[in-house]
Amino acid sequence: MTMSRDEIFQRVQEVLVDALSVDDDEVTAEATLMGDLGAESIDFLDIVFRLEKAFALKVPREELFPAEGLLNDPDLVSNGKLTEKGLNELREKVPHTDLTEFQQNPDINKLADLFTVNAIVNYIDGKVNPA
Amino acid sequence: MGIRFACGRRGGESEMRWIWIDKFVEFESGRRAVAVKNVTLAEEHLHDHFPGFPIMPECLMIEAMAQTAGILVGQAKDFQEKVILAKINKAVFYDFVRPGDSLRIEAQIQTIAPEAAGTSGKILRAEQLIAEIDLMFSHIDQNLAGKKFPEENFVFTGMFASLLRDVVLKEAQVVTPAPEPS
Repeated sequence: MTMSRDEIFQRVQEVLVDALSVDDDEVTAEATLMGDLGAESIDFLDIVFRLEKAFALKVPREELFPAEGLLNDPDLVSNGKLTEKGLNELREKVPHTDLTEFQQNPDINKLADLFTVNAIVNYIDGKVNPA
Repeated sequence: MGIRFACGRRGGESEMRWIWIDKFVEFESGRRAVAVKNVTLAEEHLHDHFPGFPIMPECLMIEAMAQTAGILVGQAKDFQEKVILAKINKAVFYDFVRPGDSLRIEAQIQTIAPEAAGTSGKILRAEQLIAEIDLMFSHIDQNLAGKKFPEENFVFTGMFASLLRDVVLKEAQVVTPAPEPS
């Protein structure tokens, strides 16, 4: 099954409208899930469940939202920022996310900004249209 | 009175859990369950909600669904997980419920994962659709970034067993935790 990015975006948009009770015009590609769309931790699971259904895929939560697992490791986080090692782990875990801006100041509170609608679209794109 | 049914207390004292459904009439392990709730004017809140016009509060219909679906989700993992209502995805109500009504609460598991479960459900009075309620439950030991919860399963105590008196579980046993020391 191959899908265009537009089709993927539309389905992701529907998923987020249903999961987060937001309007479809709020769900832009750049919108952050937590900051802009008000997602909380349980919503991430809800989103995973709905994506699995919408795309008939298995979506391991740590694959889509991997940063959660990094935050409790003292090797990877120091003084509220990701260490170089932490950054490397993050890069490995989120190949579908653009980290250029984040790595200037890898404040863990800003990790939330990495969860954008676009990151989900990229992830799904990689799954349904393998290179 | 809240809409959570799993508001456990710490400590070993035996506790009376607030059960808001009367019994299960159908139970298919891991898939679906149907419970019955009979509404009576003996429920004191109906005298205030509202004076001269007693109707069941909608939040208590959500509670009835949370208990029905929550026990269904808990039983799917042999009552080993602490199952907490985490999210109300949908709650739409189509009619008032009055004293004397007998409600049929139908819950279905849509998704179940190690960390959580999603359910969908309907409340019916005879054939009439009264409400549609979709919920999410969290298995809290598998969640919440490693927070520690009490060892004993404060969500599922032996009290729930009586609700299952009329149903036969074919695919799995009903495992009732040993009563806590009083």
